[in-house]
Amino acid sequence: MSRVFSVRKGLNISLAGRAEKVFAKVEPSDLYALKPPDFHGLVPRLQVKEGADVKAGSVLFTDKNRPDICFTSPVSGKVTSINRGERRIILEVVVKADKDNVYETFRTGDPFTMSREDIVDNLLKSGLWPVLRQRPYNIIANPRDVPKSVFISAFDSAPLAPDYDFIIMGMEEDFQAGINVLSRLTPGKVHININDEYPASTAFSQARYAQVNRFRGPHPSGNVGVQIQRVDPLNKGEIIWVLNVQDVVTIGRLFKTGKYDLSRVVALTGSEVKNPRYYRTTGCSSIHHLVRDNVREGQNRYISGNVLTGTRIASEGFLGYYDSQITVIPEGNHFEFLGWAMPGFNKYSASRTFWSWLLPRREYVVDTNLHGGQRAFVLTGLYEKVFPMDIHPMQLLKAIMAEDIDQMEKLGIYEVAEEDFALCEFVDPSKTEMQALVRKGLDTMIREMS
Amino acid sequence: MKSLRRYIDRIKPHFEKGGKFEKLQSTFEGFETFLFVPDRVTTSGSHIRDSIDMKRTMIVVVIALLPALLFGMYNSGYQHFLATGDTRPFWPVLGYGFMQVFPLIVVSYVTGLTIEFIFAQIRGHEINEGFLVSGMLIPLVMPVDVPLWMVAVSTAFAVIIGKEVFGGSGMNVLNPALTARAFLFFAYPAEMTGDQVWIAGMKQGTGIPDGYSGSTALGELAQNLTGRIPADLDSFLGFIPGSVGETSKLAILIGAFILIYTGVGSWKIILSVFAGGLFMGLVFNAFAANEYMALPAYKHFLLGGFAFGAVFMATDPVTASQTETGKWIYGILTGMLAILIRVLNPAYPEGMMLAILLMNVFAPLIDYYVVESNVKRRLKRLKRSRMVEEGKHNPE
Repeated sequence: MSRVFSVRKGLNISLAGRAEKVFAKVEPSDLYALKPPDFHGLVPRLQVKEGADVKAGSVLFTDKNRPDICFTSPVSGKVTSINRGERRIILEVVVKADKDNVYETFRTGDPFTMSREDIVDNLLKSGLWPVLRQRPYNIIANPRDVPKSVFISAFDSAPLAPDYDFIIMGMEEDFQAGINVLSRLTPGKVHININDEYPASTAFSQARYAQVNRFRGPHPSGNVGVQIQRVDPLNKGEIIWVLNVQDVVTIGRLFKTGKYDLSRVVALTGSEVKNPRYYRTTGCSSIHHLVRDNVREGQNRYISGNVLTGTRIASEGFLGYYDSQITVIPEGNHFEFLGWAMPGFNKYSASRTFWSWLLPRREYVVDTNLHGGQRAFVLTGLYEKVFPMDIHPMQLLKAIMAEDIDQMEKLGIYEVAEEDFALCEFVDPSKTEMQALVRKGLDTMIREMS
Repeated sequence: MKSLRRYIDRIKPHFEKGGKFEKLQSTFEGFETFLFVPDRVTTSGSHIRDSIDMKRTMIVVVIALLPALLFGMYNSGYQHFLATGDTRPFWPVLGYGFMQVFPLIVVSYVTGLTIEFIFAQIRGHEINEGFLVSGMLIPLVMPVDVPLWMVAVSTAFAVIIGKEVFGGSGMNVLNPALTARAFLFFAYPAEMTGDQVWIAGMKQGTGIPDGYSGSTALGELAQNLTGRIPADLDSFLGFIPGSVGETSKLAILIGAFILIYTGVGSWKIILSVFAGGLFMGLVFNAFAANEYMALPAYKHFLLGGFAFGAVFMATDPVTASQTETGKWIYGILTGMLAILIRVLNPAYPEGMMLAILLMNVFAPLIDYYVVESNVKRRLKRLKRSRMVEEGKHNPE
């Protein structure tokens, strides 16, 4: 019997532009890109030159510090450009797709008869290894580690997030195949966490070789960090691996077919999208074919991921490696006369300082305006309301600011990732850049501990 | 508003680095952001942000203070005419009170904001909004007859020594408004205590009845004159002498409601201060060694600055406990101490000010222990998991 965990603290931000549960048809894009900045801390070493022909699964670059971790092309075609940023940092390796996808062949097999070594090797060679991320530090898992457990959050509670119970339709078998593989990677359990508030897909709730846990409550109940703290808390020195639902499916496919098949479902969401829907596409694809003629006029922000944790991309930019959602919201670069003093009937706030609480349960159009200037921490108790972990968020942030390693460790830095502070950052009237701060703290710990 | 915006955009370059008035950059920015919420957009982290900011937060507190302020003005006039024996209609009474209280507000804001602007410019920061509230609180905790120069001096003391030396809003240890009051209390006790200061226009001028005493109920109680405390209803509505903002418990209650409903003030602190006060009052009732100790516990809430302190002073998020558990402890101790000082130390008829200031000092210590217990929980969990781990390796 699966246990039910209640998350009481948190916040569901009700935004306009939820994706309708329809698979829309669209011509596939011919441009794809793998973006090294998606993998925090990665120093990429290029393995291809511009103009090279690649297959789906051919190595584009490797990790300079851990050379056995490969990053492979999502489709077959030609490497058209390698885009660099400041100090020649590689931002994108762009591949133009052929008409027909040609795949590299990798091992197939039954994970229960393969050795763990062979499984790890197959994941590394195929370029699927980077889907495994570790806690602490929220970075790509180390192939030499053995995690105490593996966590998969089978629901996303973030604003406008895609519904995995819908996405998984038709991929149930591949998902189970992926779980079988994962169950061989850890001596502990594979945890699948589902939302208890509505019936989950049987692919999740009846998965074998895994433990199913049920969660209730507002966002961030779908954050894997919150789930870990409830189910199997992470202590100093321990390692847990986490991955996304669709990546489990991709792993399952690899072991069944020997192909690196990155097809996935993406939700196009946000108030500025004319028809927010789900699309079957391929990971790392350009979003241009999805948003073209489907977005309202005006200055918009395109986000790969959700509004709280996503990455800003251009309108012809590429889907992030870990994302199954694109959000388009209006930019907020305009002045507002006495905005802080107005009643604010249409302004979203988690507090009741604006009159919008008179009209609850509405869907809000929220733009990217910061709504104020940065200040020192003044209000207290606000962050705790949206932070369901047994951690003092403000005290931890202050320890990070002070670069007090000892204190960070004591206050639970190993248990958190950037995304866990996204809601605190959202509600903060002092407009502190908390996610960047947490990332800085995690990086400090990586440096100190290595 | 477009023309105003255009005008601001036109003069803005003069205030930026290298401009004619770069020394006034912070001041300019202060006014600009006051008029227009800036067009700045998110660059890292969450792409959307809550509409609330420091200005909105502070303005909510100021709004919550308005009922107490307006009643304070009326009561200043009312007490004056009551003492002189005149009866006047509503508007002249309010008008008289307004003329007494308004200068206090102006002096407090002008002094405080000038210092804030100077410090912001020196530090190259934006102006902090914290003083919007402090500047309103300071006149409200003063006796109405306090000389204006004293308001100016105490405000300057509170802002510089109480706040800016620690690094400005958000870094201070003591509540600035109470620092101002405490400064006057110890530096000029004659103007802050006794029978003469609580009612406007009673120190000089004509029409003062002979042998008049305008002392507060707490002053009387400190001399064990329990018979002369006002009726409960008068205390609740606020028709009693006292500091400008503290008299009407009804007005304070409205303010408390606004603070709690908007989520700006901590209901935990407000509730626990009252709980602590009630508990201490009941303890005294149980012993009832003198008449003051026998005063029904609930009456403490109706007299003096207890309610005002609990709602508007103890809840200052910067100087109160910052952890949720800590808030309960902080509040209960504040309430208990306030009553303890009131009843047992006749030198300080009003215990609330000292109780809050004292607990401001202890708040970081309370937080330290609350956070420490979280740390201990984490270490215990680590130990447990290590033991399980070892158990696995040695099955014996």
